[in-house]
Amino acid sequence: MAEKENNEQNVEPFDQEKGNRTAFERVQLARHPERPYTLDLVERLFEDFQEVHGDRRFAEDPAIVCGFARFHGLPVAIVGHQKGRDTKQRKIRNFGMPKPEGYRKALRVMKLAEKFGRPVFSFIDTPGAYPGIDAEERGQAEAIAFNLREMVKLRVPVIVTVIGEGGSGGALAIGVGDQVLMLENAIYSVISPEGCAAILWKDAQQADRAADSLRLTAEDLLRLNLIDATVEEPDGGAHKGHDETAQLLDVVLSQRLAEAVSQTAGFRMRRRYERLREYGRWGVAPSSARDE
Amino acid sequence: MPWFRKKRPQFENVPAEERRVKTEGIFVKCLECDAALFKPDLEESLQVCQNCGYHFRLDAHTRLSFLYDDGAYEELDEEVISVDPLEFVDSKPYPDRLKQAQDVSGLPEAVVNARGRVGGHLVYAAAMDMLFIGGSMGSAVGEKVTRLIERAINDRAAVIIFAASGGARMQEGALSLMQMAKISAALAQLDEARLPFISVLTDPTTGGVTASFAMLGDVIIAEPKALIGFAGPRVIEQTIRQKLPKDFQRSEFLLEHGMIDAIVDRREMRDYIIKLLNFMMNPDLNRAPETEMSMKASK
Ligand SMILES: [Zn+2]
Repeated sequence: MAEKENNEQNVEPFDQEKGNRTAFERVQLARHPERPYTLDLVERLFEDFQEVHGDRRFAEDPAIVCGFARFHGLPVAIVGHQKGRDTKQRKIRNFGMPKPEGYRKALRVMKLAEKFGRPVFSFIDTPGAYPGIDAEERGQAEAIAFNLREMVKLRVPVIVTVIGEGGSGGALAIGVGDQVLMLENAIYSVISPEGCAAILWKDAQQADRAADSLRLTAEDLLRLNLIDATVEEPDGGAHKGHDETAQLLDVVLSQRLAEAVSQTAGFRMRRRYERLREYGRWGVAPSSARDE
Repeated sequence: MPWFRKKRPQFENVPAEERRVKTEGIFVKCLECDAALFKPDLEESLQVCQNCGYHFRLDAHTRLSFLYDDGAYEELDEEVISVDPLEFVDSKPYPDRLKQAQDVSGLPEAVVNARGRVGGHLVYAAAMDMLFIGGSMGSAVGEKVTRLIERAINDRAAVIIFAASGGARMQEGALSLMQMAKISAALAQLDEARLPFISVLTDPTTGGVTASFAMLGDVIIAEPKALIGFAGPRVIEQTIRQKLPKDFQRSEFLLEHGMIDAIVDRREMRDYIIKLLNFMMNPDLNRAPETEMSMKASK
């Protein structure tokens, strides 16, 4: 059937070894309990962070943090998933799994950034949007969908960094931007490797196999043309040095922000659409078969 | 002529719960109330049980034929098909799954794009088909739906999408996930162009399809008792460790919680949509999007 793949050019073959780490080792690093979370990076990358709360509709959601700060002197807005470090914090942060109010808060703050002409930095680190009764009742799907559409239209620069787990729609809901970066050991996937293994082989224990199949590493995403760059981590992973991780990220964020700021809003929005428009690899059915 | 054969679906390989109306036999058993339904009567009532109102699942082409004036439409973009970009490792190779899905559904891909008239209005409609890998959204589905929306923007037409999907297609990994953003971006442009998008949710609509275009309709309509949600019921039950109530995530539940505009019986759906289009298709407003903000500001 598929004779030619019309949008697939110069795709390098996938390589199972990926810089001496398996995909599942990356998954474990992305979930490492000592990995820097959003607020760990915010305090190292920004000055004068002022957190703001609430979606003005229903509640405050601690699984997403939002606020204003300065980045090398420039006022910016920040949104990001937040995981908890200890048992108590994990519960408060709901393991970094937002409810609809978290996504609505994030969009509220991004719209404020747009109103005042300030760039947005988004940090992604979530196992996924919270799958619970209350979240469904209040429109989890609508909250995610609405963010996707509205982020496309933001007139200010939006720089997204996946710092840990990019868990499906719950990650993407704050992940549409002009630049999408991934830390070297971060992952981004349509489903967790455990969930995938449970469906494919009825066995969550085969998550390592599923992790390979899903092509969820930063290198994979770059190869699939779904992100703009990967960002180096300290030897052994980001958990080995929060300061060093922030320094390495700072260099890339500064450069990408400078580039985005130098462009007009119209140019950025066109490019943002064109980037999204290219996402995907499909085939074209042979024309001979179509004439029969 | 369309290149892909259009014969009616074969059901041999389909699990029982996926089965729709059997093509042989005079009577069909209702899946809800067990009533024996006379086939010609069931066809007359658009595959809705005359006894209890149960809506049988529809294939994509039947769905579109119920929408368009005289049941007539032109199929578009059928040359866009799935490939195996990840060389996905699975118990069964993805290309084999695709082949099987094509055989079972009689369709080249999980969504069918169409152009035609609805109540005289030019409408680009898409219908998803559960028989094609659970109506899942991969790159080809994302590309087709995006093309549909872009065509509507070009021709100043309306978009109607009948969702029926288990969500993003796992076998294309993050490529499938990103289709959510891609389609939403196209819908942002449709929105700016002040053109209508009517989203019709049918049983079932879950996952990445719900969390993107399905919930972005200017008006969102559901068929009665359709399962609609972000997370699947099984995932939620595992998370909260308790059984869910029977009506949870059904159309009636979403209506009660303010998430959809209306529940519409399939037999009234076409008339309902025509009235919406009469309201939404306003030629006086069909002008270029960039004029909107500047005109308001300068007045
Ligand atoms: Zn019945």
